[in-house]
Parts: sequence; structure tokens; C-alpha cells
Amino acid sequence: MHTGTDAITAGIDIGSITAKAVLLIGGEIAGTCVRFTGYNAKKAGRAVFDELLKEAGIAKERVSMVVSTGYGRNAVDFADKAITEITCHGAGAWFIDPAVRFVIDVGGQDSKVMRLDENGKVVDFAMNDKCAAGTGRFLEVMARAMEVDLDDFGALSLSGEPARISSICTVFAESEVISLIAAGEARENIVAGIHEAAASRISAMARRVGVVPPVMMTGGVARNKGMIMALEGKLGVPLSVSPYAQVNGALGAALLASRMDRPHP
Amino acid sequence: MSDQRKDTADSKKDPRKIRSVSRMKEIMTHYYIDAKTARDNAKKVAWITSGGPVEPLIAMDVIPVYPENHGAMVGASKMGVDLCRQAEEMGYSPDLCSYARADIACATTQGGPIGGLPAPDFLVCCNNICGTVLKWYEVAARHFNVPLFILDTPFIHGEMTEDARRYVMSQVEEYIGFLEKQCGRKMDYDRMDEVGRLSVEGLRLWQAVLDTAAHKPSPITAFDAFFHLALIVTLRGTRVAVDYYKELLDEMNERVEKGIAMVPGEKYRLLWDNLPVWYRTKWLSEKFASHHACLVADTYTSAWSGVLPLIDENRFLESMSVSYSSVYINMSHDRMIGKLKEMIEKYDADGLVMHSNRSCKPYSLGQYDLQKMVMDQLGIPTLIIEADMVDERHFAESQIETRIDAFMEIL
Repeated sequence: MHTGTDAITAGIDIGSITAKAVLLIGGEIAGTCVRFTGYNAKKAGRAVFDELLKEAGIAKERVSMVVSTGYGRNAVDFADKAITEITCHGAGAWFIDPAVRFVIDVGGQDSKVMRLDENGKVVDFAMNDKCAAGTGRFLEVMARAMEVDLDDFGALSLSGEPARISSICTVFAESEVISLIAAGEARENIVAGIHEAAASRISAMARRVGVVPPVMMTGGVARNKGMIMALEGKLGVPLSVSPYAQVNGALGAALLASRMDRPHP
Repeated sequence: MSDQRKDTADSKKDPRKIRSVSRMKEIMTHYYIDAKTARDNAKKVAWITSGGPVEPLIAMDVIPVYPENHGAMVGASKMGVDLCRQAEEMGYSPDLCSYARADIACATTQGGPIGGLPAPDFLVCCNNICGTVLKWYEVAARHFNVPLFILDTPFIHGEMTEDARRYVMSQVEEYIGFLEKQCGRKMDYDRMDEVGRLSVEGLRLWQAVLDTAAHKPSPITAFDAFFHLALIVTLRGTRVAVDYYKELLDEMNERVEKGIAMVPGEKYRLLWDNLPVWYRTKWLSEKFASHHACLVADTYTSAWSGVLPLIDENRFLESMSVSYSSVYINMSHDRMIGKLKEMIEKYDADGLVMHSNRSCKPYSLGQYDLQKMVMDQLGIPTLIIEADMVDERHFAESQIETRIDAFMEIL
């Protein structure tokens, strides 16, 4: 087992939409990989891990510790340990910036907020519950209703004056959006309104846990500039975005794996 | 019989099995048989809310039947979704309490785990537990065409005022008059005194059973308490309940002496808030046990005995006005946090798990504030899981699993 600084560890994050993997060598990010989860979480875990190793040119045997996370964490049968995405996202954000005290993670199916201590350990957290409002899926459904490409969705919202979308339910919000389209509301205003609605949902959850700056945003939705702006407006604090936002959970898992790898003092 | 044999066999195999479980099942079976055959034995049946004053009914020899206890049985038998759906088809809102929905469906279809409850001769509704029971019992009164007595207990913000006490006391007097009219005879106050004493004795024993969880490791978990609670709700004020809890207390003390832990390798001690998730008690119990976490106590099963200091066993009826008004969910958050603090200290809890129960609004409202108070004032981690006591459609397993796992990682 590798115990020195050259230790190789991996983190696998099986989310509802994508499977992510990160390789750490001696405490440095040596590779990342993202692919669709699909129907079989177990297969997705193996595939994303194989691809990660292939791209990095590392043989499987050299990886001393693997930690899995995300909803499919228990399906990754080759992982040494499964840790929840709450703990992993905290660790991942801390790895990128140890000053971070609060993480907002918005993924495909869930959004969550975590307050961290100075060691990147989660002190308190909250997650959305049984509802897609304020998640990546919400934005995806809305982008489809608006016939806007998801990648342009956030940027488009920046040029609009938010139209009022009162419903917190994805299904009802979609019908509200359709009514707004029918009423001739400008597309960018509707898109801005959609971002406002999602941001207010997430910011309420963040305030429940208590926002402590500096705040970092992670998860796939962190790529959406409109969401960042809307959230900054709601919370009144600047948000930094992890350069590894989408693979942040897997990164945290790989980091925790490297700590497990270290012999206890 | 086969059930009993199985229990005995199991308890030989596993010292953690509580022996009294089979006795409890036997008592509850007899209780429901008695209730269902009441008319053959010229006895009256009254439906009563779980927090209602049952002692006068026992003193008048009326069989009390609890739709809420029945609701718990529906939940535990995983029949909730089907029955709730039936009530929704009748036009009741899915936001209505799942005990109410399940009970209304059972009353009209004779469905559920025991083929419906015996029809009531009259109804007794006390709103110390919620406001839903008022409408629920009005519906039952119309359906069965029977009289309904409502005991209105004002919400207690700080201390119970003298006016409020007198207001409830006057209703207690009316209640006795109502019972005398329904039963066609006068109340025997000597018998009432005896029932009052038995009620207090039963409550003391039940609290003593719960208190054995203060020992480390705990001989009992809240999941066991959820089960053994049934008699303190349904047969409070009877000799049967007193004898049973004596037996259970002896067993718990024996376990303490032998050092039997209900959760092997008990590492974390947690407090539970709100009603159980009846259809998932086993899953939750195993989930927490897999983290070596023992739910040592809860605010729910201790709610009945929590008012013990307010009961004067020599003036039971008089003190009833205060004790029945002062139950856990009929008081302000300031008083609730006081209770929580007391319990966290008494049982030396490392964390608090709150069930935000879609059905039980008065219990769940304000949990986020209580959570904040607990974290700020006591500095212990808390977890909120969203579910429902009976309606399984509100239970998202993987989401709840992630929350529990993450919470245990924090601990």
C-alpha cells in the first residue's frame, strides 16, 4: 500500500445524471472523467473508473484506495469505502480553497448546502427534498420549454428583467412559463425569472443553515453564470466557482481516500 | 400460539430480544377482541383521541378505542398508502393527516389490519394534540350518527392561566355529565379515584422503563418504546397496564444488570423527535444500528408520562385540567426547548434526529426553529428527515439514507 506522497487514490461520484471520477497522485489532480450514468450505476462506476485510468495511463493495481460517493455510492462494488456526497463536497471545496466555509452544490437531481469548519469538515447541511425545484433538472426542463440550449441558458438570463414565476413546483412552473410565452413576454425576461425562482429556493435553504463567507459553488449548475448571479443577488455575498465544479464530489472522495491511505499518527 | 413459540425461540437465540413483546401482543389482541365484541357483552365503546382523558371512560366501564393507535397499526402493516388513497378518492385532501385518512377509509370500507374498528357508541375528542381531530371526529360523528364530546384545551404559551384552568375544569365536569348520560348511570367517584391512581402508577412505571435508556449501553431504543407505548395510550388507568409495565421494567432492569445493549457496540446516543415512521421502523432501526447509533429516547413516547409532575393522584379529576392541557405539542417552543434540553442531558444524547412529519402539523411546525435553538444553545448536531407516519408516498429512501449517512459522518 502506498503511504508516501506518491500515493494514488481515486474518487467516484455516481450522480443521477452523470458519473464522475477524479484521480489524485501525491495530492495533485492527475485526471478527471465525466460520463452519463445511464440505467446501471454499477456499470457506470466501472466505466468511468476505467476511462479515468486509461486517460491517465495508470494501471488499476497502482491505485491504493478508492472512495465512492453520490446516490450510486453503494453500487460501486470495487470502492474501499462509500462516503456521502455531503462530506465529499465539503472536502472537495476545501481542497480547491481551504478558506471556503460554505458550499452550495447544485447537481442534476438535488441541491445541497454545507457549512464547513476550518478543516473542511461539514458542520451542518441541508438538502432539497423530494422536489426538483432549485435543481439542475428544473433548469433543464425550463430550457427545453423555452427551446434554449442549456449551455446558453444562463447567459441569456443575464440580459433580461426577471419575469415573475411564483410556483415552486417544476411542473406548475413549466405551465407558468408556457403562459408567459403565450402572453408575449420577452424570452430573456422569462429565462431570468426562471433563474430567480431557482435561486430563491436554494438561497432559502442556504440561509436555513447560515451562510458564512467565503462561499463556493460546485456541481454541474455552477457552470451557469445566470444562476451564480441570481444567487449572489439573493445572498448578498460573492460566490467563487470551483474550476472542478462538476467533479467536486469525486475530488473530495479522492482526497478522503488519500487521507485514509495515510497511516494513523 | 405459533407466534408466541417463535418469540420464545428467538429470545433464546438472541438475548437482545425483549421477552415481554409476546405478552404485549397478547394483551393488545385481547383488547381488540373485547372492543369488537363489546356489544355482545353489553358494553359501550367510545372512540377517543390519543391525548384525550381516558380515565373517566375506564371508571364508567366503557371500552376506549383509539383511531390513532389503529392508524399506527395501519402504518406498521404497510396498508397506509392504499387506505389513504381510498380517502382521497372520497374527496379528502392528500394534505390531511394520514391517520385521519386511513381511519376514514377503514370506517367506510371495514378495511385495514383488523377489518375496521368497532363502531362507537359515542366519541370523545380532545384537541390538546391537534386541530385536525375536531373535524375528523365531526366526520365520524356524522358517519356513525353518534354524540360527540369535545374537550377544548387552550394552547399554553407560558404558564397555564387560572382562567384557562377553570375553563378546562368546567369542561371536565361537563364531560362527566356527558358520560353519565351516555351510560345511563352515575359516576362512581371511588372507582374514579382508583382509576386515577392506576393511571399515575402506570405512567410512573412507563417513565421508569424509558429512563432505563439513561444507562450506557442502553437496554432499549426508541424503536422499542414505539411498540411498548401502546398500553399507556390504550389501557392507561387499568391494572393490566400497570402489571405489564412492572414486568417490562423488571426485564429492562435485568438487561441493565447484565449489560445487554439493544444496539451492539453502542457508540452514539441520539434523541428522536415526532411520531415514528411506522412503516419503516425496522429499516430506520437497522440503518442507525449500522452506524452503532442508538436512539435512546424520543419526545413522543414520553409525552404521556411527561405531565406526571402536574398530576395530583389524590385529586386526579381536578388536576386533569392542567395535565391534559400541558402535553408536549400543546405548548410554546420555549417550553419545548426546555423539555428537549432536559432529555438531552438526562440521556446524554450526542445528536437529535427530527422527523418532519407531513401529517402532524403541530408537531412539525417550528422544528427548524427548535433545531436552531438546539444547535445554538446545546451545540449538538441535529438532522431533519422529511417523511410521513403512515403515508409511504412521502418516504424517499435514498434521500433519507444519504441524510442519515451524512449526519453520522458529521458525528
